[in-house]
Amino acid sequence: MKTAEGLKDIIKPENLVYRKSSLITDKPFSYCPGCGHGTTHRIIAEVIEEENLAENTIGVCPVGCSVLMYDFLDLDIQQAAHGRAPAVATAIKRLMPEKFVFTYQGDGDLAAIGTSETIHACNRGENILIVFINNGIYGMTGGQMAPTTLEGMKSSTSPYGRDVKMMGNPLKMTELVAMLPGTCYVTRQSVHTPAAVRKAKKAIKKAVGYQKKGMGTCFIEIVSNCPSGWKMTPVESNKWMEENMFAYYKPGDLKVPAESDADAENKNEQ
Amino acid sequence: MAKVKGSIVVDIEKCKGCELCVVTCPTKTIALAAEVNGKGYHYAYPANPELCIGCTNCATVCPDGVITVYRMKI
Repeated sequence: MKTAEGLKDIIKPENLVYRKSSLITDKPFSYCPGCGHGTTHRIIAEVIEEENLAENTIGVCPVGCSVLMYDFLDLDIQQAAHGRAPAVATAIKRLMPEKFVFTYQGDGDLAAIGTSETIHACNRGENILIVFINNGIYGMTGGQMAPTTLEGMKSSTSPYGRDVKMMGNPLKMTELVAMLPGTCYVTRQSVHTPAAVRKAKKAIKKAVGYQKKGMGTCFIEIVSNCPSGWKMTPVESNKWMEENMFAYYKPGDLKVPAESDADAENKNEQ
Repeated sequence: MAKVKGSIVVDIEKCKGCELCVVTCPTKTIALAAEVNGKGYHYAYPANPELCIGCTNCATVCPDGVITVYRMKI
């Protein structure tokens, strides 16, 4: 058993290269296997841990799959009424400007029920971070059609596919808020491959920096999968997402702060 | 050239067997077990531990954060 002994030598604290953040509690995530929510929770926890903000962070969770976030992350988290997280986060940030405040919302929450709260918070330029998980479906309630559901995409309330003549076009929230003067950093990321996860983590890290400087609303959309709602295996759903979701929701930065600030940020990173 | 060797530890009871780590592993180290864990999922485990290079790809995509990665130069 030469290999086994060799492996025991490797498993030592000094050789540790990756372990989940200590801000994640021992409670197993309630998400379905392969869901992007878990990955996003993990990277948010990692950024907050690396930036040493655990004691100075307040998260706002709305209604949706992510409602139980307070159970999974060892942070101060406030639950808001459906869609109203940006409004609650506005109040928290204005009363406690020294705290890092973020909201974590799904597409049913942010793009349907809370559209006005989101747009107005972004338009006012509230100094908060909005993390928007877009999986094109109402995942928690059983895969109903959401405003972000793609054209022709089947859901439990559009069994023949979304007909844009009758049900309207998929809503690009991120493009919408990028037009508002209050936002400083608007980007669309995903968490389906290691490279994408690292990029998304970098985006969250940038947003933390911008919030510290008080530059305005940061809006990060994370295009995610919903294996249960889409009725696919996690691997299939990621592939479907790459082929279909990315064609309509193109990943990349939509708005970055003025060049001088962005350059300073890049230099810090290097 | 220094050879890099890695090793992963999977929290079997928390694994949901989504297979995302299996498809991202560049050296085909990980596979899903034939047995199931307490929740009834076929958990991921290092099937070919000697191939692991400790690249952390599996841990980076794991939605449940069940993978811990170790790496050393030999």
